[in-house]
Amino acid sequence: MTQRLFAPLTLLLVMIFLIGPFFIIVAASFSAGETLAFPPEGFSLKWISKVFIVESFRQSFAVSMFLAIGGTLSALLLGIPASYAMSRYKLPLSETVRFMVSAPIIVPGIIVGLALLRYFVIPIGLSITLALFVAHTALVLPYAVRVVSASLANLRSDMEEAAVLLGSSRLGAFFRVVLPNIRGGILAAFILGFVTSFNQVPVSLFLSGPGVRTLPIDMLGYMEIVFDPSVAALSSLLAFLSIGIVFAAERFLGFSRYV
Amino acid sequence: MSDASYLFLDKLSLAYGKTIAVKDLDLNICKGELLALLGPSGCGKTTTMRAIAGLMTPSSGRIILDGADITRVPANRRNIGLVFQSYALFPHLTVFENVAFGLKLHGLRGEELTRRVEDGLETVGLAAFANRKTPELSGGQQQRVALARSMVMQPKVLMLDEPLSNLDARLRLEMRTELQRVQKESGVTMIFVTHDQVEALALADRIVVMRDGAIEQIGTPEEIYNSPVSSFVADFVGFENVFAISDGRLSTKDGADIALAGTLPKAKGLAWRPRAIELGTGPFTGVVRGVSFAGGTREYVLESRFGSIKAEADAKLPGYPLNSELAFDMPVAAAAPLQRFG
Repeated sequence: MTQRLFAPLTLLLVMIFLIGPFFIIVAASFSAGETLAFPPEGFSLKWISKVFIVESFRQSFAVSMFLAIGGTLSALLLGIPASYAMSRYKLPLSETVRFMVSAPIIVPGIIVGLALLRYFVIPIGLSITLALFVAHTALVLPYAVRVVSASLANLRSDMEEAAVLLGSSRLGAFFRVVLPNIRGGILAAFILGFVTSFNQVPVSLFLSGPGVRTLPIDMLGYMEIVFDPSVAALSSLLAFLSIGIVFAAERFLGFSRYV
Repeated sequence: MSDASYLFLDKLSLAYGKTIAVKDLDLNICKGELLALLGPSGCGKTTTMRAIAGLMTPSSGRIILDGADITRVPANRRNIGLVFQSYALFPHLTVFENVAFGLKLHGLRGEELTRRVEDGLETVGLAAFANRKTPELSGGQQQRVALARSMVMQPKVLMLDEPLSNLDARLRLEMRTELQRVQKESGVTMIFVTHDQVEALALADRIVVMRDGAIEQIGTPEEIYNSPVSSFVADFVGFENVFAISDGRLSTKDGADIALAGTLPKAKGLAWRPRAIELGTGPFTGVVRGVSFAGGTREYVLESRFGSIKAEADAKLPGYPLNSELAFDMPVAAAAPLQRFG
């Protein structure tokens, strides 16, 4: 009897712990007060509309979007051929490569960020934008390789051979037969990569320069100076954006099959 | 070029890394022939087929097709069809698009394309399914799509990997007839790979029995069925009682040498089908250790000086009960002499 009560209770507590803060933030973003506070003081949409007016938010949003889309696309461009090679050919170092590609997930972001700054950006004098792009590509690559590998594993290789025997080149068979059949996995990898990149803080923290910073970093910076509910409003908007994307993906692609 | 060497495998050797799969294989295949490559798994039959298709590069030897050396010709320029055991259809395309795939690659468009695809689907009786996605089809229908997809290319050689093994018994018979019809109507040279002797005997004009990467015997179904050259072939085509001959005597597995009535032929071994064993009379005795009713016949397992003997008798005759003692004969005249043993 106690057990039957205990399990749902634990579940409820975990859910409150995980999702609770989200509701607090959403509530706070509709506040009419001047400081970030809960419970909110009154109701207004002014902080939500302020988000769209703050110039630095608009800039950093553009940077984050560029990194999330560009970084994920370039990770896929590297990850798809890599996954394909590892799944189809017995390569001598494929396990090592697989491990190295996964490393950015395992190594704490703060270390990746510091290492990139100290041994990559400073010595070569790389521009911050390019450094961020490289860093985000590397961070998303593990997801790209994993998700695409999973969908390639379900694809029989004799399909490509059939295409070749019907007159297609090997490369043609990849584009005509392999790619169309793993597009669900690729889209799933894209969404996962996009969200990962967009929410990335520790690495981006080290790679911020004058005028170039990602949205989460900008929000941190903003909060150090101004403590108004606009950050909460922005957080809510981003959360709803993520939820929207994941729901759409699940609805149209069966996203959960790939992750 | 004579018909006798439309497709010619010349000392073909195939290897996976250091593992040799096929060694110095010589084989002549005639135009319009329906040939079976028969053997247990691992005998090299599938590897040979893949090499003919160009999916695998020989380590040595040549493949000559229609007078041209195609050993180094890439697979996509050979125009050899292959129906995979898994069918390997393209799941993202419709039946029509699957069949059109190769024709489109060869530049066919518009009405000509539609006509050829529809003809192909007509031939395999799937005209009504053109707009279906292939995963919606049954296994038998998927195979027909795969067959049509290869056949519309008018391939020089059509190969099929275990074409009947994924089908249930009723479909198997249907598909067998279908394959024979398609082959006769189109006159295509057809090679199929199978581990099932019944399939090979029923379908092929000629059978190549393979073992450990080499040819054990080539012959018509009748020759293979009636006159196996070796104990391996005999075992494979249903001679259940196979014995070696040494010094004019039959030697059994447990070491006993047994003299048979009459002179033994000059051979390394003798093989009897279960039905060649005469029950009820004869110089030998055995104990019935197993009886099973098989419709027209009863199948017996006898324990005797020869070891275990498989015999068969008409089911209309009264049966011999389990554990009863029984006289039997293994007439030399009814045995198939084997030129090779082991």
